[in-house]
Amino acid sequence: MNWKTAFSTNIGKKLIMGATGIFLVIFLLVHCYINAQVFFNDGGARFNELAHFMGTNPVIRTVEIGLFVFLFWHAILGMRLYFKNKARRSVGYAVTARSQNSNWYSRSMAILGTLILLFLIIHLRNFWGPNRYSQTFGSGERDLFSDMAEHFSNIFVVLVYVAGCVALAWHLVHGFFSAFQTFGLATHRYKGIIKNVGIAFSIIIPLIFALMPLWFYAGAQGWFDMHPSVFMEHMAAAAQF
Amino acid sequence: MNLTLKVWRQKNAKAKGSFETFKVSDISSEMSFLEMFDVLNEKLINEGKEPIAFDHDCREGICGSCSMYVNGRPHGPWKHTTVCQLHMREYKDGDTITVEPWRANSFPVIKDLVTDRSAFDRIIQAGGYISVNTGNAVDANAIPIEKQKADDSFAAAACIGCGACVAACPNTSGMLFLSAKVSHLALLPQGDPERKKRAADMIHQHDSEGFGSCTNIGACEAECPKGISLENINRMNKEYMGSIFSGSKV
Repeated sequence: MNWKTAFSTNIGKKLIMGATGIFLVIFLLVHCYINAQVFFNDGGARFNELAHFMGTNPVIRTVEIGLFVFLFWHAILGMRLYFKNKARRSVGYAVTARSQNSNWYSRSMAILGTLILLFLIIHLRNFWGPNRYSQTFGSGERDLFSDMAEHFSNIFVVLVYVAGCVALAWHLVHGFFSAFQTFGLATHRYKGIIKNVGIAFSIIIPLIFALMPLWFYAGAQGWFDMHPSVFMEHMAAAAQF
Repeated sequence: MNLTLKVWRQKNAKAKGSFETFKVSDISSEMSFLEMFDVLNEKLINEGKEPIAFDHDCREGICGSCSMYVNGRPHGPWKHTTVCQLHMREYKDGDTITVEPWRANSFPVIKDLVTDRSAFDRIIQAGGYISVNTGNAVDANAIPIEKQKADDSFAAAACIGCGACVAACPNTSGMLFLSAKVSHLALLPQGDPERKKRAADMIHQHDSEGFGSCTNIGACEAECPKGISLENINRMNKEYMGSIFSGSKV
């Protein structure tokens, strides 16, 4: 069996899905660590320092190309598998009781993945795109902390980001465990650990990401500077609206 | 009890099927699901109508012949139970039950509820065996086998090849069956010499039969009448990696 055949079987493709997925999981960890620096409330000093490193270091920039390749590979292969699998049952069931035997998020990886992809287009259009454009053709790197503050002062942008994080969380709950199962690592002894670590990861990482736009929005509204009673009046007014 | 049955009727593999509704009366709660079908078929025969074709053989849950998709679930609602062992005490008077054949392009309908599951036979033929020399049978206990491995192998060998995993899978994948057959030999010393080739050959056959790819949803494990574990799929994935990453030619 040559390499091409080895990776074009159902399990071979699954290995590619798992490997690219795990790479994206590692990316999420790094991305989350760097962006969480905004919570230091130092006007973005620590965050911009790391963002500068990530945006200019030649090794990181090379890995960035790999990241895009893996992301699109994961997305395109995933969609192809989804449609191919659907076509394997030309006559469907009249009655199904899928909720009796499986979790909705496990069955919805394609739709959750599509939502994440749509979110990513908006996300890259907001930050990555303008920054790389400015680096290449404009006046150098952008102040990404200010960009975040600006974008996240808009409640609709904040809601889109929170929704993106929710889709990511459900995608990860299945995906994290599934990748380990694909690599044959979810054996009896490790299955429980992998499942629990996966659930913890799927909650913590998207939660930290979701807190970022909320944090900037709260800052833009001046909620951090308000006296708690003034804040409550503010909320009461919003509730009436 | 009196029940309404909506059963898939299809004259032959080429015909376009549809649901037909039947009323069955005086069904005892002691009857098995298939006995209820026997009662209905006797009535149909007496009326000069074509009885409903369905697969069955041992009726004690070990042969893997029976295959009915009952109210959206393969083998009906009972856990670790084939449809022949499902009993009518599950149902109440006045219930409506929808019965469909396994739905998979790899399991074409032959007639009514009977599907052609020979794709599974061809997967076994591709490598689900061990090669032995002819002559006197070797003493079964000559090779010591670790208890845990023997148990795991036995649990995998419990697969009766009914195809409920394929029927339940949203991806129409046959990997639970395939992995059980790969596992039960891979775990034993007798299966060890051919394990790399076996995994590769059986997986290729599974794919060429047109079964879908596994995405670890787990519906197969939940519906399997023999409780075959997803750990077998985990093991098969490892076997496959051992096969493709090994230096040997497979």
